[in-house]
Amino acid sequence: MLNIVYFAWVREGVGRDGEQVERPAPDATVADLVAMLAARGGGYAQVLGDPVKLRAAIDQRFVPLDTVIGAAGEVALFPPVTGG
Amino acid sequence: MKRVSIQPQDFDVAAELAALEALGGGGVASFTGIVRGEGGLIALELEHYPAMTQAQVDRIVDDALARWPLLGVSVIHRFGRLEPGARIVFVGTASRHRTAALESCAFLIDWLKSHAPFWKKEHFDAGAPRWVDARAEDAAKAQGWGL
Repeated sequence: MLNIVYFAWVREGVGRDGEQVERPAPDATVADLVAMLAARGGGYAQVLGDPVKLRAAIDQRFVPLDTVIGAAGEVALFPPVTGG
Repeated sequence: MKRVSIQPQDFDVAAELAALEALGGGGVASFTGIVRGEGGLIALELEHYPAMTQAQVDRIVDDALARWPLLGVSVIHRFGRLEPGARIVFVGTASRHRTAALESCAFLIDWLKSHAPFWKKEHFDAGAPRWVDARAEDAAKAQGWGL
């Protein structure tokens, strides 16, 4: 299983702060995972349907969306950060 | 000295500065970020990625310590609900050289704006709350440091 966590308006849109999903194919990227989740429709489609607006982390490190998930334990999906 | 704290509670700027001054370097620079109460804003809600934030800020403080001759660095970033006038973030640096202290302080706050996993939501006295959009200007400033 793969752990997914959501933050900010992504979290609000999908209606939960995280979930576990079946591990995707070994060569699947974060973008592939996002497309798979968006295909669920509803809030998922609304917030994950336009990947340009999304940022991601794999195992607590920022990554581009074309990064292969591989054996990672946790993928995080969120909007561009606004700290400071 | 290296201090990184991600916390909900307020902090004492005078005490943070005193700790940096006590290092004896001769120069201390600091930046304090405060919630602006513009446009009917009644509160800012800061969400973060707890499993990532501390490690991520630790890494950039180590980067600053490697780039500049610093005697001490303190970074405090709050999360949770903050009202106008509340302190959000503190960056303090101590060095024997003012350029190192000032530059590393600017580097750290620019980095926090664009690379720390925090998200701000604005609550207003009228109307729906709104997530703050990232600013291209902040990303450009971080790029200026090679981030």
